[in-house]
Amino acid sequence: MKAVEVRELVKDYGNFRAINGISFEVNEGEIFGLIGPNGAGKTTALRVIATLLQITSGSVTVFGYELPKEAGEVRKIISYLPEEAGAYKNLTGREYLNFIAKFFGEGEKFQNMVQRGLEIANLGERINDKVDTYSKGMTRRLLVGRALMVNPRLAILDEPTSGLDVVNAQEVRRIINSSVEAGVAVLLSSHNMLEVELLCHRIVLINDGRIVAGGTAAELKKEYDARNIEEVFVKAIK
Amino acid sequence: MIGNIIKKEFKELFTLSTLIPIVVIAIVFGFVGQSIGNIGETMEEKPVIGIVDMDDGDFSDIAMAVLIESAEVVYNGGDAAEGLEEVREENGVALLVIPESFSQNIYANHPGEIEIYWIMKGAGMMDSISSGVLEGLIQAVNQGISKTLIQQDSSFDPALVLAPTTRVETTFFKGKEIEGLSSSQLGNMLSSQSIVIPVVVMMLIIMAGASVISSMGLEKENKTLETLLTLPVRRSHIVIGKIVGSALVGMIMAAIYMIGFSRYMSSFQISDINLADFGLALGMQDYLLVGISLFVALLAGLSLCIVLGTFAKNYRSAQTLVFPITALAMISMFITMFKDFDTIPAVLRILVFAIPFSHPMMAMRALMLDNYSLVIGGIAYTAVFTVIMIVVAVRIFNSDRLLTGSVQKRLALGKLVWGFRR
Repeated sequence: MKAVEVRELVKDYGNFRAINGISFEVNEGEIFGLIGPNGAGKTTALRVIATLLQITSGSVTVFGYELPKEAGEVRKIISYLPEEAGAYKNLTGREYLNFIAKFFGEGEKFQNMVQRGLEIANLGERINDKVDTYSKGMTRRLLVGRALMVNPRLAILDEPTSGLDVVNAQEVRRIINSSVEAGVAVLLSSHNMLEVELLCHRIVLINDGRIVAGGTAAELKKEYDARNIEEVFVKAIK
Repeated sequence: MIGNIIKKEFKELFTLSTLIPIVVIAIVFGFVGQSIGNIGETMEEKPVIGIVDMDDGDFSDIAMAVLIESAEVVYNGGDAAEGLEEVREENGVALLVIPESFSQNIYANHPGEIEIYWIMKGAGMMDSISSGVLEGLIQAVNQGISKTLIQQDSSFDPALVLAPTTRVETTFFKGKEIEGLSSSQLGNMLSSQSIVIPVVVMMLIIMAGASVISSMGLEKENKTLETLLTLPVRRSHIVIGKIVGSALVGMIMAAIYMIGFSRYMSSFQISDINLADFGLALGMQDYLLVGISLFVALLAGLSLCIVLGTFAKNYRSAQTLVFPITALAMISMFITMFKDFDTIPAVLRILVFAIPFSHPMMAMRALMLDNYSLVIGGIAYTAVFTVIMIVVAVRIFNSDRLLTGSVQKRLALGKLVWGFRR
């Protein structure tokens, strides 16, 4: 079964067409990357799949569940990490993970989720401090922990390493890779071409709401006669 | 340089969204003020009364002269029942009956008795103005008699000269006949309900409303809303959870506020009359109805707040959105404080009924007078209002509005219901 199937997806904001008929599929156990310039429609596409935005036309299914009709079922199996996400500032890191885990399980399942979240966030004793006192990097690690602790079948990550330093970004990439090994499908967007090349099994390039190229990193580099994805990206949108 | 900063600040703060609520509220307050009327004008108006003079003696003549000169007498005859009917029809304040032995008693060094049948229309502060004017006229009657007593003979008892009349009073108020109380006394007794209850409700609505609107603003400002909306929880549960959570916070805050306020109000308490002695005490089922009325009004206010909260872009804009709720609560509070529901103009009555916060403000007074239809009708209306607001809020939560500020053109009623179930 496909993790995500997007067919001729169109999304309008009033008179502005943010996504103009894109189609792609994400396989189980795959990291799939959306890359493109600012305003290309990456975040809009992720938000539609994450059940946050309505579909203007086209179809989206997540593990066979159709949006928006079965949005409730989709929310049970996905985890979404927005680009500029925050956490509740009056809660401690641990309380925040508890709050989220309660929506996904009880008893031992709940305990295991929180434990996994604590391990991924890796904030040490600071996990017992209020989120309000965290640096941007610490908050991001907490949020990555939150997104992956619930064992989603599909993790939708918008700029997962946004705002992180090199060491933390590398750690988050390691966590994402290990999640995929555990069977999670990952759909991510990123401006970081190196990150995309390192992480993603397949990539699509979006520009002005349309897919302009797609394939594995190796296929794309070959097709555009480029040394890296950054070059592919520049050539593809010209 | 400074001009540039002032211009930027002005443009940032003086927006259409901040201006519209203030203009609307200013218009509503102006309309309310005009509809309620002017206290000064009401005080200058002659009170409408009826007089039954069965004495026809020297002192009753003095009383009649004072009353006829300063009041609008709509009945001057010999039948108390007929007089009462006439005063009622003419929207009068009271019927004064001067019994046969009035002058004779005074001459015998006993105070003359005046029977006063008050017709009370409402228990609001402004409803008792006319009766206050009549109280002044009765004082003038006393002064007139005292003056005559002093001029005629110095052998009268000084106590009699100072207080030549006594009153036997009965007040008719909304179908109840309350013996031994004037309308002013009854009004004073009910004033605690007129002031304290509306203030409690207003504070509760404002405190809880501010909590829920701020919560929406904070969700957006802290970028937690997107995560919340992708969790496996029904939108209706998010909405109801926010409402109930905010209600609890609001109730705690309002309770703290009211501890101080009730102590402040108790310092003005002058009446030691027991309402139960006059059949005006509330029973358990009445208190239950007041509680239900307050609870559904709070839910209605909060569901309206959550709809308003969806317009909040951040914490700061959320503070601005509290203003319409504050204004609505204050309109309800002032109207119910100053006027009785039955004595306000029809248009204003519709406005008061339409604002859900008005109902708990009026409930206690209405129940004292067995006006169950107003209270139960108010609860039913407020409950329907709440359900509609929650459905609208859930629909907005299911739309793009929360994230993009716009809603797709798909607001069909069927989808409203479907959206609620999601």
